Amino acid sequence: MRGSSRLWSAAAVVTTLSLLLTACGGGGSSSGSSGEADPNGTFTVYGTEPQNTLIPTNTNELGGSKAVDPMFSGLVAYKGENGEPYNLMAESITTTDSKVFDIKIKHGWKFHDGTEVKAKNFVDAWNYGANSANGQINSTFFENIQGYSDVHPADKAAKPTTDKMSGLVVKGDYEFQVTLEAPFSVFTTKIGYTAFAPLPDSFFKDPAAFAKHPIGNGPMKFVSRTPNVEIKLTRFDDYQGPDKVKFKDLDDKIYASQETAYQDLLSNKLDFIETLPPSALTADKYKTDLKDNLVTGHLLGISTIAVPYYVQGYNNLDLRRAISMAIDRAQITKTVMHDTYVPADGYVSQGIPGYRPGVCGEYCKFDPAKAKELFAKSGFKGKLTIASNADGGRKEPLVAACNSIKNTLGVECDFVPATDFGQWRSIVTGHKLTGMGRSDWAADYPSIEDFLNPLYRTGASSNDSTYSNPQVDALLKQADSTADKDAAVKLYQQAEDLIAKDLPSIPVWDEKGVAAKSKHTKTVVLDFRRRADYSSVEVLKK
Amino acid sequence: MIRYILRRLLQLIPVFFGTTFLIYALVWAVPGDPFSGKCGQQACPQAYIDLMTEKFHLNDNLFVQYFKYLGSLFGGDWGETFNGSSVGELISTSYPITLRLALVAVLIEAIIGLTAGVLTGLRGKGFLDNLVLVSTTFLISLPVFVTAIVLQIVLGVNLGIIDASVSDDPSFGELIVPGIALGSLSMAYVARLTRTSIAENRHADYIRTAIAKGQPNSRVIGIHLLRNSVIPVLTFLGTDLGSLMGGAIVTEGVFNINGLGGLIFRGLQNRESATVVGVVVLLVLVYLLMSLIVDLLYAVLDPRIRYD
Repeated sequence: MRGSSRLWSAAAVVTTLSLLLTACGGGGSSSGSSGEADPNGTFTVYGTEPQNTLIPTNTNELGGSKAVDPMFSGLVAYKGENGEPYNLMAESITTTDSKVFDIKIKHGWKFHDGTEVKAKNFVDAWNYGANSANGQINSTFFENIQGYSDVHPADKAAKPTTDKMSGLVVKGDYEFQVTLEAPFSVFTTKIGYTAFAPLPDSFFKDPAAFAKHPIGNGPMKFVSRTPNVEIKLTRFDDYQGPDKVKFKDLDDKIYASQETAYQDLLSNKLDFIETLPPSALTADKYKTDLKDNLVTGHLLGISTIAVPYYVQGYNNLDLRRAISMAIDRAQITKTVMHDTYVPADGYVSQGIPGYRPGVCGEYCKFDPAKAKELFAKSGFKGKLTIASNADGGRKEPLVAACNSIKNTLGVECDFVPATDFGQWRSIVTGHKLTGMGRSDWAADYPSIEDFLNPLYRTGASSNDSTYSNPQVDALLKQADSTADKDAAVKLYQQAEDLIAKDLPSIPVWDEKGVAAKSKHTKTVVLDFRRRADYSSVEVLKK
Repeated sequence: MIRYILRRLLQLIPVFFGTTFLIYALVWAVPGDPFSGKCGQQACPQAYIDLMTEKFHLNDNLFVQYFKYLGSLFGGDWGETFNGSSVGELISTSYPITLRLALVAVLIEAIIGLTAGVLTGLRGKGFLDNLVLVSTTFLISLPVFVTAIVLQIVLGVNLGIIDASVSDDPSFGELIVPGIALGSLSMAYVARLTRTSIAENRHADYIRTAIAKGQPNSRVIGIHLLRNSVIPVLTFLGTDLGSLMGGAIVTEGVFNINGLGGLIFRGLQNRESATVVGVVVLLVLVYLLMSLIVDLLYAVLDPRIRYD
């Protein structure tokens, strides 16, 4: 009996194996679900309530941009799979000095209300967005344009003297010229950001009414919105761009909790969620839950631990190096972050033109012996702290990093929580950190510039370490004004090398981006902004 | 009686002002900049901050802010959220759903809780009494979010009997499971309260008298015993309707129900102070009204309690 049952199980294993092998050999795309795509299907995505009005110049967070982005097409767009910019509405963008840009737009593109998109729609929209009287959340995106200070005075009490920026000139129905304050080579990439979308004439008559029923020029048009419930969009059939969608309706379903959305996804009531709740990550549960329906991408973002120069005792290169070398990145990304992140080794996210592996060199590698040696040399006394908001899974990896530092260096290390993201940012921007702090960055547009200028230039808006190096500033400025893209990238890289030497913040990890789709979804690509690239989506007949 | 009602109505006024002011102060006067973190990793543009500061009167002192808010509230305007939705509209679309959910929960509590309480109260010690004791202890020890998530995962995901989340405008049927989650705790309390109060009154003189007079058993229990025993339970159920409407925060969050609880849940998450204040003011009104109704019902149930 015993012998025969053993034989049976051996036979079973063989059969299963051969079945599995044939299944693998059978081919089929790695994207999982197969079947006939339905061009009139509905794609339901996980949504959150937009934080601001649904206007491109006033939308900067994920919840709002999920709805706004497909409704508006800018001059430039980014490819879903690698974030590479290409001309979308722009026929051509030409410049000789990276200061004056001649922009020609394509003919025959329409807004959803039937009016044609003309050059003045861009100029009017940008002027509106920059004007401080309109209080738009994205107004600073226009700050390179000449005349920005007239419509948006730096002085709090001052009123704008005009509502038009001198740097924007309409040259005809399909052509306009942009003059910048100073040369900025990345401008042609930057204008793919949401805020640079055109707005139809009807917007300027009544912006408030427009926000309730936006009219764009993108692949999808607005249908209806019920606050806290859903935002419905549908395909715009007159759309001219190459990024047309291959399904009909987009239903942005708003959830109060990620956990519930994930449960809905598992029962195929929801088609896409771009982030997984902590409970699914625990013990790598998501891998067995999702199997073929796991969607991975690469987000353009980077996590670092800022070491503020203004904190007593922390302005010490040996100390920063010792801390960096004491963090076991590989182990933490694997065990604490469940393979949703990879170790970082520089200041630029992987997958961006200009990224080089190992910029940070030996100082971003785990090396307990060297770390101890450097720590002894630094002469640091006291306790180390890492502060961050503790919500949204931010706490666990930092606690792990602290423990890694503690075990390696034998120094006290504590995680200091802030109640939420808002409180956390006010501590950082108010320069009230008393130790190290989390400093994560997600790119607004795919360029190496966006990883350096806002973070490491003297006085930059998100320079959490208050880092200042005149050489870095000079290189960044030189790179900004270099028209040749490759030459500019080289200069940015030189700046990155200098930053890596100073180690003002310690690169720790780089987010892969792990999303999930339902079995009704044939293909979907997760783009660098943690969104479904709608033009890649194909849904199956239900 | 009329005078009592009038007096009670007058008492509502200071309570209303006191509670709403406290809420307003707590929500808006929390330390910290309401705009930090609103614009992601970068600080918000000053122009945006100025515009919002003016819109929400944040430059005024707290009392002036509060009275401006009340002024527009009495004019029927509940204010606006940061993203431009009207709080009044949000409330008017979500309160029917919460009311439905609360009614389902109260019905579940009342029917199951009262039945269990009456049965065990009448019979006294025995198997049934122990069963109810154990199961109510179990329910009381479970926080609502545990009950809700367990029900959701077991019935929704594993067994597929219900959907993990309810639809936008859920029917009573869809709300049964969330209703059980929401009402389970109070159901246990109702069962216990009823049991104790019935067991106490069972040996009261007036019950003995009623039995001695030869009244049928159903009348003794239904009219004499229940009517007196139900007073504490009624107090509980009445105020519970109020707390259920607010307590639905967790349940509505779990089942993605777009009611008042869900509104507060999101309001707190996104720091939408206007929404939070608006909904809580409404809940205060519901509470006040429910406790008034309960007080008045006392007099109806027990003629000895008259408030003159």
